Amino acid sequence: MHIMEGFLPSPWWWIWIFISLPVIIYGIYKLNVLIKNKRDLLPLLAVAGAYIFILSSLKLPSVTGSCSHPTGTGLAAILFGPAISAVLGLIVLLYQALFLAHGGLTTLGANVFSMGIAGPVIAFVIYKACTKAGLNFYIAVFLACSLADLATYVVTSIELALAFPAQTGGVLTSFKAFATIFAVTQVPLAIIEGAITVLIFKYVIQVKSDVLVKLDVLSEAGLRKIKELTT
Amino acid sequence: MKLEIIVAVIILIFTAQFLYISSTTDAEFGGADGEAEGVIEELTGGTYEPIADPIWEPPSGEIESLLFSLQAAIGALVIGYYFGYYRGKKQPA
Repeated sequence: MHIMEGFLPSPWWWIWIFISLPVIIYGIYKLNVLIKNKRDLLPLLAVAGAYIFILSSLKLPSVTGSCSHPTGTGLAAILFGPAISAVLGLIVLLYQALFLAHGGLTTLGANVFSMGIAGPVIAFVIYKACTKAGLNFYIAVFLACSLADLATYVVTSIELALAFPAQTGGVLTSFKAFATIFAVTQVPLAIIEGAITVLIFKYVIQVKSDVLVKLDVLSEAGLRKIKELTT
Repeated sequence: MKLEIIVAVIILIFTAQFLYISSTTDAEFGGADGEAEGVIEELTGGTYEPIADPIWEPPSGEIESLLFSLQAAIGALVIGYYFGYYRGKKQPA
């Protein structure tokens, strides 16, 4: 999903850094508050980060004959909110930019925006909307995570289209060209990501369900209902 | 168990899709990032020069996959530890 090093001309690379930076700073602030007040949630935070680590290293083949990888940010977004997910996303993107030459430092702002901010915001909003609408918890998680994954790639396409508008047809034509590569490839991967994240949530409920109530992901009553259904 | 079965079916469908595509077309399964590079070249008429180069690149594909598997291993270790720890704690000693 990364925009490669050097592939965003000025002013776009610093515009995206400018947009992402405040979110990262706010995320670090939120992270500090979390670490101070709810230390017992740290292991789960590590899981959320580790999940992004794993999923973004899996380059899966897709219907379009090319490879791409899921993002894994939906889990962190549902558990800890988009700001903290942005920080976790930044860590993974830095690893890949520095050690793997995937993505880059000049394009870091744009990549953090698409993977660390846009995706998690979508996941968070969809999850909240679905639970408000009274949808089944697992379906809400599935929708939130797969659509967040897809949104990341749609946003990447927008970022590239803005920087490289086509001579005839402008931004919209470029967007279509980039979206056919990124977004279409991503559809099956997004479904897989959604499905696997649902499993992770199932196991969190099995081994340590109280953290979900603590994080306001589920209400006491909602948790009881899920447990009754599965046992 | 129901959820696990659903997920397994989804992964099976995905695998079947991959087998079908790789046997019926001569798809290269290169990275989508690289394809985007091609589109950029087309859009700009091949005039675009990247404004920066990666400071360090893995010297070979082998080393790249080493670092990728390391990335996945770190993640898997943490997740496995978490679930193992709390699962063990729940069982009476």
